[in-house]
Amino acid sequence: MTAPRLQLEQISKRFAAVVANDQVSLSVQPGEIHSILGENGAGKSTLMKIIYGALRPDAGRILWNGEPAQIRSPQEARALGIAMVFQHFSLFDTLSVAENVWLGMSSSISLQQVKDGIRSKTAEYGLELEPERVVHTLSVGERQRVEIVRALLAEPRLLILDEPTSVLTPQAVEKLFVTLRQLAATGCSILYISHKLDEIRALCHQCTVLRGGRVTGSCDPTVESNASLSRLMIGAEPPRLVHREATPGQLALRVNALSLEKLDRFGTDLHEVSLDLREGEVVGIAGVSGNGQQQLLAAISGEDPRAPDAAIELFGQPIGRLRAGARRKLGLHFIPEERLGRGAVPTLSLAHNMLLTRNESLRFLGWIDRQALKHQTASIIERFKVKSGGPGAVARSLSGGNLQKYIVGREIDAVPKVLVVAQPTWGVDVGAAAQIRAELLALRDAGTALLVVSEELEELFEMTDRLHVMARGRLSPSIGTSAATVELIGEWMSGLWPTGPEDGPGASIGEFP
Amino acid sequence: MNDLALLVAATLAAGTPLALAGMGLLVNERAGVLNLGAEGLMLVAAVAGFATGFTTGSELLALIAGAAAGAIGAAIYGWLVIWLNTNQYATGLAVSLFGSGFSAFVGIGFVGKKLEENPVTGVPLLRDLPVLGVALFRQHWTIYGAVALAGGVAWFLYRTRGGLILRSIGESPSAAHALGYPVRRIRLVAVVVGGALCGLAGAYLSVIYTPLWVEGMVAGRGWIALALTTFATWRPARMLFGAYLFGGVTMLQLYLQAAGVQVPPEFMSMLPYLATVLVLVIISRNPLWIRLNMPASLGKTFFPGS
Ligand SMILES: Nc1ncnc2c1ncn2[C@@H]1O[C@H](COP(=O)(O)OP(=O)(O)OP(=O)(O)O)[C@@H](O)[C@H]1O
Ligand SMILES: [Mg+2]
Repeated sequence: MTAPRLQLEQISKRFAAVVANDQVSLSVQPGEIHSILGENGAGKSTLMKIIYGALRPDAGRILWNGEPAQIRSPQEARALGIAMVFQHFSLFDTLSVAENVWLGMSSSISLQQVKDGIRSKTAEYGLELEPERVVHTLSVGERQRVEIVRALLAEPRLLILDEPTSVLTPQAVEKLFVTLRQLAATGCSILYISHKLDEIRALCHQCTVLRGGRVTGSCDPTVESNASLSRLMIGAEPPRLVHREATPGQLALRVNALSLEKLDRFGTDLHEVSLDLREGEVVGIAGVSGNGQQQLLAAISGEDPRAPDAAIELFGQPIGRLRAGARRKLGLHFIPEERLGRGAVPTLSLAHNMLLTRNESLRFLGWIDRQALKHQTASIIERFKVKSGGPGAVARSLSGGNLQKYIVGREIDAVPKVLVVAQPTWGVDVGAAAQIRAELLALRDAGTALLVVSEELEELFEMTDRLHVMARGRLSPSIGTSAATVELIGEWMSGLWPTGPEDGPGASIGEFP
Repeated sequence: MNDLALLVAATLAAGTPLALAGMGLLVNERAGVLNLGAEGLMLVAAVAGFATGFTTGSELLALIAGAAAGAIGAAIYGWLVIWLNTNQYATGLAVSLFGSGFSAFVGIGFVGKKLEENPVTGVPLLRDLPVLGVALFRQHWTIYGAVALAGGVAWFLYRTRGGLILRSIGESPSAAHALGYPVRRIRLVAVVVGGALCGLAGAYLSVIYTPLWVEGMVAGRGWIALALTTFATWRPARMLFGAYLFGGVTMLQLYLQAAGVQVPPEFMSMLPYLATVLVLVIISRNPLWIRLNMPASLGKTFFPGS
C-alpha cells in the first residue's frame, strides 16, 4: 500500500479570540476526492491555509507522501505540487485573465501559450473565459472561473478547492465535476469544501466533519443523504421553509425600459430592461452571471447613477440619477455580491462596518454613540449567530459565511422598504442559509419589496414569487414561480423567451446580436 | 536657430537626472514601495561620486560609486520598511533629512573644490550635423543611457514575466504571496534598483552636470522626481517626457533671464509641483485611468501570513 498523499497529525491553530483548529488529524490518498464538511466558522479554511503554507500551525505535523514536510510558505507548498482556490479570491484586478493565470504557472510557458491554453481548455472545463479581459470588469462568477482555471492549469498533485462553486451555475458545476474526476483518475488528490451537500455526495469519496475546530466524524458521502450529512454537520436538519402566498401591495420599484451602455469594453449593454416590484413580494432574477446583472444592480443601487432619471422609479419618484446614499435614505437598501471590499471594509471592525449603511447610532453632527453602536452590532451578531470575536473584530478576521451572515443581517435589520440582494446565501452553511431565507421572507410578509439576484436556481424557486431571467443584457418577462420549471428557465437563459404583453417592444424570440 | 539648439541641448542635460531618478522611483513604486528618501539618497550619492572623482580622477568610477551609495542607502531603507515594517512615509522623510545632513557633513572638505572637466565627445559623425548636432548629439553618454533606460524599463514592465510579477506585487502583495512569490525579496530588489538609479542621478549632478561640490546641490530634484512618478501615472514613456519637460522649464528660465525677461526663479521652481497637481486633477476625472495604472498597494506595509 502506498503512503497517503497528505497526512495531518494533531494540527492546532488559535487566533486571539478563537481556537480555529484543535488537534485535527486526517489523511488523503492519491486520487482521492476528500471533502471537509462543517458549519460556518468550523475552521475549514484555516486548515486549508495551513496545508497551503499561508498560515503556520501552532502545533502538529504534516506528512507529504509519507515524509514529514515543513510547509512554511505558499512557495514551498507550490513546489510540492499543491494548488489552492481561495474562498476569497486572490486575483489581480488590473491584470488580464491570461496574465492572472500565467502568474500561477511555471515560467517556462509563454503568455501566448497560456492564452491558447485558456481558449482551448476552458470550453472543455465548462468555464468559458475571454483571456484578454481585465479582471476588475468580471462578475464574481467569472472571477471564480479564473481562480479555478488557474489552479487546474498548474497541474497540481494536491488541489485544494475552498468553496469553488459558490457562484457557479449548475451546468458549469457539472462540467467542472467531470474535469475533477478525470484529474483524480490521474492520481491528483483533491480537498473539496462546499456547503452544497448535493455536490459533496455527487463528487467526493471521503468526508471529514469539523465542528468548532475539532474533527467530529468522518463518513462515506456517497451513502449518506443530505439530511444525514446536515445532522453530522450542525446536529440537526435545517428547518423547512414555509412559503406563504404573497399579497403584493403598492408598486415599490419600477425600472422603465432602461438601456445603458456598458462602462467598459467588456461589460454588457442593458437593452430596454423593464421590471416592476411590489411591496410584499419577492422577485428573482435568474441567469448566468455576466449577462448584465452587475450593470442592472449598479443602476438600481445607485452605484452607477448614469440612468435617465425617469428610468428608475421608487414609489413613483424618479431616482435614476441619485447616488446610493440618497436612495438608501428613501428606503432602498442593497447587498452587493462582493462582500469583502464592497459589502464591508475588510480592515474595519464589525461595529464600524455597521456605520456604512446604518446611522441609528449617529448623534448630532455625526457624533458616534459608541455604546449604542456596540449594542446594535451585538444584537445583529446574536440574531444571526455570527461567529466572531465580538463587535470589535475586524471584518477580515471573520470566516466567509459569518461575514455574509453579518452583512445580510445588517440590511435585514434595517427593515428597508425595498431590499435588493445579490447572492444572499453565498458561502453560508445549510442551517444559516435556511435562516437567512426565512428572515428575508419574514421581511416580505412585513411589507418589504425584495429583488433577489442569484445563480442558484433552487434558492430562487424556494424563495421567490415571480421570476425573471437575464440573458445578454435583456430581461425576460416575469413568470409566477409556481408555474415555472427548471427546463423553462434553462431555455429562457439562452435568451429564448416568448414576447408577452408585459414585454418591452424590443424583445422577440431569438432576436439577438 | 542656434539659440534654440542650445536650449534643447541644455534641456536634455538638465532633464537627465530627473529621468534617471524618476525611472528608478517608478520601478520601486511599481512594486508598491514609496521612497520619500529620494532627495537624501541623491545627496549622499552626489557626495560619494564627487569624492571618488576627486581622489581617482575617473568619471566612470565616480558614477559607479554614486550608484553604489544610492543602492546601499536604499537597501537600508528597504530593510527598515519591508522587513521591520516601519511606516514608509516617516522612514522616507527620515532618510531624506539624514541624507542632506550627512552629505553636508562629509562634504565639508570638498566645498569649493572642482573636478577636472572631461571634454564631451558625443556621437561621432552625427555630432557634426548642422543644428541637430548641437541640439542632440554633443551630449554626455549618460543622456543617451537615460533614454535607453526608459525603453528598457518599459520593455521589462510590459513585455516580460519579471515585469508582470513586479506589477502584480505592487497591485496585491497578498495575492502574489498566495501564488508563491517572495514578495519581500522582490520588493527589496526593486527598492535597491530604484536607489541605484537615484544614486546615479545624484552623481551625475556633482560629477558631470556641475562638477563641483556645493552643499545641498541636488536642490529639490529628488522631490521633483517623486512628483513625476505620479505625473507620469507610473508609465516609463511619460516619465521620460515629464523629466525633459521639467528640464526644459528650468532652462527656459535661464534663457528668459538672459534675454532680459524677469521671471523670479522662485516662481519657476514652483512650476513642476503646480503642473503635477494640474495633471492629477485632469487624470483623476477618469477613475479607471488611475485604477489601471496606480500600484494599489503603494505605501502600504505588507505582512505575509495574515
Ligand atoms: N485572521 C484571523 N484572525 C482572527 N480570527 C480568525 C482569523 N481567521 C479566521 N479566524 C476565526 O477562525 C474561525 C474559523 O474560521 P474559518 O475561516 O477557518 O472558518 P470556515 O470553516 O472556513 O467557515 P466558512 O464556512 O464560513 O468559510 C472563525 O471563528 C474565524 O472568526
Ligand atoms: Mg471558509
